[in-house]
Amino acid sequence: MKITLRIWRQAGKDAPGRLVSYQRDDVSPDMSFLEMLDVLNEDLIAKGEEPVEFDSDCREGICGMCGLVINGEPHGPQVTTTCQLHMRSFEGCDSITIEPLRADAFPVLRDLVVDRSPLDRIIQAGGYVSVNTGSAPEAHSQLVPKVHADRAFDAAVCIGCGACAAACPNASAMLFLGAKVTHLGELPQGQPERDARVVNMLNQHDEEGFGGCTNVGACATACPKEIPLDVISQLNKDLRHSLVRGL
Amino acid sequence: MKLLMASTGGLFVFYVLAHMYGNLKVFAGQDAFDTYAHHLRTLGEPILPYEGFLWLFRVALILALVGHAYSAFYLWSKASGARSTRYAVSAASRMAWKSQTMRWGGVALLLFLVWHLIQFTIVKVNVNPDVKDATIGDSPYALVVASFQVWWVVVIYLLALAALGLHLQHGVWSGAQTLGWTNSPRARRTAQTTAYAIALVTAVGFALPPLFILFGVVD
Repeated sequence: MKITLRIWRQAGKDAPGRLVSYQRDDVSPDMSFLEMLDVLNEDLIAKGEEPVEFDSDCREGICGMCGLVINGEPHGPQVTTTCQLHMRSFEGCDSITIEPLRADAFPVLRDLVVDRSPLDRIIQAGGYVSVNTGSAPEAHSQLVPKVHADRAFDAAVCIGCGACAAACPNASAMLFLGAKVTHLGELPQGQPERDARVVNMLNQHDEEGFGGCTNVGACATACPKEIPLDVISQLNKDLRHSLVRGL
Repeated sequence: MKLLMASTGGLFVFYVLAHMYGNLKVFAGQDAFDTYAHHLRTLGEPILPYEGFLWLFRVALILALVGHAYSAFYLWSKASGARSTRYAVSAASRMAWKSQTMRWGGVALLLFLVWHLIQFTIVKVNVNPDVKDATIGDSPYALVVASFQVWWVVVIYLLALAALGLHLQHGVWSGAQTLGWTNSPRARRTAQTTAYAIALVTAVGFALPPLFILFGVVD
């Protein structure tokens, strides 16, 4: 496959960035997207140029590190993470534009690498449950109805990649928050901190500079884990309840 | 902020439906329409003064409008502040175009509202050169009929109705989502259906009187 890559190059956090074109003539349709970038980088290093920096870790679609915006879509055209995307998805494509996740809350550190620690701080603000340490309790000592367990699990598949915020026209990370609030709120272990969780996470979210949700739905379309939009409705419901209870 | 947006939006939905009901009285003839318009002004008498109920309602609507617009501009400015570097390529096609029209559609509706109030409430402009002001007198029915005999007035209203329908379709669903009423697939489908129904009923219900007047069925 012959493809022109247009890749965002930026030397550092405050340096100006621009799109640079790279002509590739030897792309195999069976390559994964990140493999294709690896091969590009090997060529760049051999030529003595700076390789393109990008994040990746597990390359199994479960760690949430590899968020790239490909042709305007976070994680590209397929419903999967960038690492699980293959070049065959781009057959018939002459050029591919690769940009970092864009949100002021996610500053670009270099090239395609962004700082996603705002999501960690949102988790620290409320995305947890408190448990006693010691030996693990018997797994079946607390029964969970199947519908709740299923919904909690559907929300728990969120890998915190930030694609929702990158796709959102308002740069809002509300799908991420909704996933955490639904995941923990559906389970008995999440109840004691339920009211405080949603308020604290939302305050942290706004403090990090993310925008507000206007129910566009671009997040759920971009989510590689297919988290449904109704988790945001759940978040709104929890927020309404906690406001009524005076938090 | 979003709760304010959703609850004020909800008030508008009820108002718009009531307004449409009143408009459809055009089909019941001049007496019914004018009596209805007069009744709105004397509603609640003698506890309330003349136009008392109407003014209470107007104040509520104005407050709601301010709240609705304020929260909209707040979210708008926050959104533009949250992504200062734009994407070189944006996959806008993946975004529902109805939600894209909410902001500018809302502004368009606001402009229309100003024109609409000037025409029928504040100044009562007669734009039809074929009808003398004297024949209209203070009959709202006569003013409505005279206005909608002019084709470009009808065009403005149909455009505004299209904007209103789109705004309501996304708005009703979006309000349900913000109030946390769409937590199951079934509730989501219900909210979607309700939104389409309200949008369609409103757009068609409001469009009927002007069209019937334009084509001479009602005069």
